[in-house]
Amino acid sequence: MSSRPAHADHQAQDRRNTISARSLVKTFGHGETRVTALDNIDVDIRENEFFTLLGPSGCGKTTLLRLIAGFELPTGGTIELEGKDITALPPHLRPVNTVFQNYALFPHMTVAENVGFGLKMLGKPSGDIDARVKKMLSLVQLEAMANRRTDQLSGGQQQRVALARALAPAPKVLLLDEPLAALDLKLRKNMQLELKSLQHETGITFVFVTHDQEEALTMSDRIAVMRDGAILQIGSPKDIYDRPTHRFVADFIGDINIFEGTVESTEGNQAKVRLRDGETVLARMPEAGTSAGSCALAVRPESLRIAGPGEAAALEGTLENVVYMGAAHNLHLRLGSGEELVVRHGGSTEGIDLSPGAQLGVVIAPGGARVLA
Amino acid sequence: MTAATLTQAQIEERRRTRRTRRALLAPALIIIVAISVLPLGITFVYSFLKPGTYGGVIWEFSTDAYVQFLFERDIFDGTLQFNDSYLTIFMRSIGLAFGATVGALILGFPTAYFIATKPREQRNLWLFLITLPFWTNLLIRTYAMLLILRDEGMINLTLMGVGVIEKPLSILYTDTAVFIGLIYTYLPFMVLPLYASLEKLDFRLVEAGYDLYANRWRVLRHIITPVAKPGIIAGCILVFIPGLGAYITPALLGGGKKLMIGNMIAIQFGSSRNWPFGSAAALILMALVVIALLIYARAAGKGARAHG
Repeated sequence: MSSRPAHADHQAQDRRNTISARSLVKTFGHGETRVTALDNIDVDIRENEFFTLLGPSGCGKTTLLRLIAGFELPTGGTIELEGKDITALPPHLRPVNTVFQNYALFPHMTVAENVGFGLKMLGKPSGDIDARVKKMLSLVQLEAMANRRTDQLSGGQQQRVALARALAPAPKVLLLDEPLAALDLKLRKNMQLELKSLQHETGITFVFVTHDQEEALTMSDRIAVMRDGAILQIGSPKDIYDRPTHRFVADFIGDINIFEGTVESTEGNQAKVRLRDGETVLARMPEAGTSAGSCALAVRPESLRIAGPGEAAALEGTLENVVYMGAAHNLHLRLGSGEELVVRHGGSTEGIDLSPGAQLGVVIAPGGARVLA
Repeated sequence: MTAATLTQAQIEERRRTRRTRRALLAPALIIIVAISVLPLGITFVYSFLKPGTYGGVIWEFSTDAYVQFLFERDIFDGTLQFNDSYLTIFMRSIGLAFGATVGALILGFPTAYFIATKPREQRNLWLFLITLPFWTNLLIRTYAMLLILRDEGMINLTLMGVGVIEKPLSILYTDTAVFIGLIYTYLPFMVLPLYASLEKLDFRLVEAGYDLYANRWRVLRHIITPVAKPGIIAGCILVFIPGLGAYITPALLGGGKKLMIGNMIAIQFGSSRNWPFGSAAALILMALVVIALLIYARAAGKGARAHG
């Protein structure tokens, strides 16, 4: 399929593109062992945005990052940085810096020497370097560690040094390759917020690679969801979550119920979909393409609730399991078609029969059901 | 009472561990004494004796051997005169060994880097090829070098065939021949430790270097070299020290005209029949090497402390 985003963004169209990739192809190996890591990718990353490449391992997100950094050369296509073609430029001539997954700090240098390395290689006077290093270290709250060796630091501190080192030369783009993967949960949550505020303070374009959808939703201005070397959808976290255009995107991000159905009729962007158990549901059509016939219907568990007494239920099922989630209950229902339905019931469960085998009606919130492209 | 018995038991236990420890140390001690301390002791004692007329030593204390290294005794009035011929041999040996070390490093570093960047399953094959020369006797290999280097040898015939030179280059029996021979002989000793440290190099550090605006040369200088430093040092020591005492290479490729320390010492034990002087020369050589290593170790230690 074409990787050109099906859903075009209209907001902030006036902002300049920092990175523009066109028909980017990357293959590894030859002959029968040939693997296509990136399959004809087009992507625009805007000035001063926090852009996330999200996808399962092997989807090509790291390859795309390495192409932007210059560690790999594309098999085909072009990459532009602020309108200049940098496709064939070696990494040391690109005003782009990387925070590596394992940090890749230089073990034979102190923290300050690590942070100052890029500036030193750019030939900056040592006075300027010292001042900049000091500023960077205070930005990541490591002033006291300047003369430590890197192996004397904790994982979180090393992470910050890597960040300061990559930010010190004030790159046009900062590339982050799953930088939080090695941190424990609490530290990771803190670093997510810190990264976001750093991006805000520095005004540098961040390109962030992760397989963690929650991380992507928390931090990003825009997300590109990738699979098998293609970009399936690009949009704001809200777009991606609320308006997935692709079954994989819907499934990959958050919990979702997906049913097989048939489009019976369409009216505007509303469609009447008949499910396998015979019930019909009103659902929103995707912007692109109005494919009649069989389709996939997606509903988030939080767009569902148990019908009150006398309320008309859109779906009906048998209760199989109740999972207490703290703020909500996840009710697992079995529909007449045999498909499973998860309902995140937020409010009180009083007056609802929660015994296994109970027949429950389910209400879909307006606009909660979507037909996937 | 209880405390006393406990102490008793502890003493017994300690005695036993001490005994085990001694027993475990014994093989190492025997080897060190037998192959290192004893021969060195004999050499040391001999260096302070007088030479026997037909070889061997006369058991009389004398420092003549050490005096002879720098001075010559006048036959008629017995006064000492400075004589630099032995010193010259030492200096040439040091120069050749140093040159060979630098040469081996220049050739060995790219080789080791090449092997270390190969896929894991291919590396063993390359290492095997590096160690392959050891399967043949050094003497045979040196004779083979002689055939390659001589006037009608491979190098000269090829160069003349291509038309680069008209007359054969006389390489054999010169310092150049010894230099080439030393590099050839000791190159594996440079490649192996270099490989060992380059193999451990995290190539993401190299990428990080490129990413932070360092070109190839600067990545080599600021990132690869410091990380590979232990291997570089080990390789240099492993080439320089045996190179300094080389015997076969200068004897064959230098044609006996260009002596190195090893040949000079051999001559003292052979035709010159001056065992004390041979012993003294060997000890002076060893002292020089030890002093050089100590100076290096101190400098390196200071450097490390300044860093830490």
